[in-house]
Amino acid sequence: MPHKQPPRKQSINTGRGARKRDEDSGTEVGEGADEWAQSKATVRPPDQLELTDAELKEEFTRILTANNPHAPQNIVRYSFKEGTYKFIGVVNQLAVHFSQVGNLIPKDSDEGRRQHYRDELAAGSQESTKVVISETEILEEEEEPKESEAEAETEAGSQIDMPAAEDRECQMEPPPRTNFSATANQWEIYDAYVEELEKQEKTKEKEKTKTPVAKKMGKMAMKKMTSMESQSDDITKVTQAAKIVERMVNQNTYDDVAQDFKYYEDAADEYRDQEGTLLPLWKFQNDKAKRLAVTALCWNPKYNDLFAVGHGSYDFMKQSRGMLLLYSMKNPSFPEYIFSSESGIMCLDMHVDHPYLVVVGHYDGNVAIYNLKKPHSQPSFRSSPKSGKHTDPVWQVRWQKDDMDNNLNFFSVSSDGRIVSWTLLKSELVHTDVIKLKVEGGTKDGLDGLQLHTVGCGTAFDFHKEIDYMFLVGTEEGKIYKCSKSYSSKFLDTYDAHNMAVDAVSWNPYHTKVFMSCSSDWTVKIWDHTIKTPMFIYDLNSAVGDVAWAPYSSTVFAAVTTNGKTHVFDLSINKYEAICNQPVVAKKKNKITHVQFNPIHPIIIVGDDRGHVTCLKLSPNLRKMPKEKKGQEVQKGPAVEIAKLDKLLNLVREVKTKT
Amino acid sequence: MQAEVEETLKRIQSHKGVMGTMVVNAEGIPIRTTLDNSTTVQYAGLLHQLTMKAKSTVRDIDPQNDLTFLRIRSKKHEIMVAPDKEYLLIVIQNPCE
Repeated sequence: MPHKQPPRKQSINTGRGARKRDEDSGTEVGEGADEWAQSKATVRPPDQLELTDAELKEEFTRILTANNPHAPQNIVRYSFKEGTYKFIGVVNQLAVHFSQVGNLIPKDSDEGRRQHYRDELAAGSQESTKVVISETEILEEEEEPKESEAEAETEAGSQIDMPAAEDRECQMEPPPRTNFSATANQWEIYDAYVEELEKQEKTKEKEKTKTPVAKKMGKMAMKKMTSMESQSDDITKVTQAAKIVERMVNQNTYDDVAQDFKYYEDAADEYRDQEGTLLPLWKFQNDKAKRLAVTALCWNPKYNDLFAVGHGSYDFMKQSRGMLLLYSMKNPSFPEYIFSSESGIMCLDMHVDHPYLVVVGHYDGNVAIYNLKKPHSQPSFRSSPKSGKHTDPVWQVRWQKDDMDNNLNFFSVSSDGRIVSWTLLKSELVHTDVIKLKVEGGTKDGLDGLQLHTVGCGTAFDFHKEIDYMFLVGTEEGKIYKCSKSYSSKFLDTYDAHNMAVDAVSWNPYHTKVFMSCSSDWTVKIWDHTIKTPMFIYDLNSAVGDVAWAPYSSTVFAAVTTNGKTHVFDLSINKYEAICNQPVVAKKKNKITHVQFNPIHPIIIVGDDRGHVTCLKLSPNLRKMPKEKKGQEVQKGPAVEIAKLDKLLNLVREVKTKT
Repeated sequence: MQAEVEETLKRIQSHKGVMGTMVVNAEGIPIRTTLDNSTTVQYAGLLHQLTMKAKSTVRDIDPQNDLTFLRIRSKKHEIMVAPDKEYLLIVIQNPCE
């Protein structure tokens, strides 16, 4: 190759030189140049635009910008933060025309230095080999060293024997794999959040409970429900579902009754003038309580479908065990709670603020408190002969408001003549005798000149709704005493009410002055507590077991008699007669013992001495509200009720003052 | 606790018109039944899926809500399903016997 180059150069040179010499006179070459020049004349392409001079002179401005013409102008991206599509203002204008990854590295970098070091080593080894070669060649030829040097300048490559290539492989056990699938729904996410929240709250509570709060803990432990610890057996976890299904099955069976309860209104009441009827709904009975009479009924203040039935016996000779059953109207075939006791239950009451506490009074004089939240069937607290139980059957118990120390307390009345206030201190029942009932004028002279007071036997009592300290006690002699919690020896007032034992007394829920009493002497009497004689007297032809005021009206009340009839009175409609007089129980020998109105629904429950409880619906006529006059608003509320009753009382009083 | 539940289930079974009861676990496998095997397996499988769908529907609409029970009224009888956290209680009743 290098040999060819010089002749070419020479040829060019000669070519140039030839031209120079020929410039002056060299027409051949000059003509050639002219031809060249001529061949430079402009040739017009056939499809060029024909423009006028003016148009040709027109100036077109061209602005050169650095914008990339191929770059998009309106890029839109979805913004998750705002949840909409948004314009991107600035677009990348960079246009890459050519890129190549090179293999130059800076001298000073790590890699560069390493390479340099390696090269030096290699060069060192190569030179040593070259020196060896050149030395050997020197011995052979003397001209060689020059060439070998020249060779060292041009190429110094040498090839070593490549070591045999070896394949090395390493295989490990693959990591274990499982398949995972899940759904991500809105509610799964919600559940996860709720769990997290609960965990946080638990850790907070743990920190709080570290500080010792003994008393409060005690109370909280009593009030808080013990969580269901169902880990042992599989089947216990179905409890809740089983309960629901039982109610569903019952609802199906008693479907018509449930519909009646909710929706049926006796249309015939319009034509019946003033009378009303009672529609029988469900009948509650239990095998275990078959031979026991219903001795007490109470609706639960919180859950309007739950009521408690106390079973025992009124017969002095046949005393056996007692039962406390709680039924819900949603399940008429089986009670929700069952408690049994050795002695017959005579009375019960449910606490307003703690609807799971039920206090019962027994035939043997004991009182006990059952806690519905605790599953076992033993009472939580029980009185005993040591703690001052009554010596005669307890006829009535009533919860009172919590005392100053927030302890629960209740009153009980019994035939032994004592009215006792019981307080629940921590885990004990402590009693205080409030009043000892004495028969007035009944002092006998006993031995050694002692004066024995004959003790009156209390059979019923009721506390005033507003005046806290005032209450009424009915006795076996037929007298009603108005007492005060603060005075233990004297009565505020006495009423000669009946000829036989007073079975029930009850204050009117609306009118603060009016109360009602009933007795086995066949009468029901309505009183004004300021007047010694009754306002209204009703003779019902049979011993009256119980009376109850209706919660929705101040003039409506119901009375049940031992001949199996239920009487409902409405004083604003008919002052002298019952507006409903209906036999409710099947067999004639069945005596009705108690009656209770439901606070919300228009139903009453009636208990008889065979252990059955019947639920009846009141027809519209029995629930009459005062008719609204045109243009006037219907005023609802206690004020109206009080006014209604007042009017009636005034009429009666006028009559009395006249006579 | 266990005795109470057993008693409740017995009462349900002996209630008027009830044709069968069964308890199915979370995977659709029947644990307890008063019907024959093939019927049970069929009911369990089908109703389990339906209940899951119903529950998912209710909760999708409002995550704070939950399915209490499911009633399927047909010409011949009524199937009632009460879901629990881990179990499903199915009762077949003929209400107008």
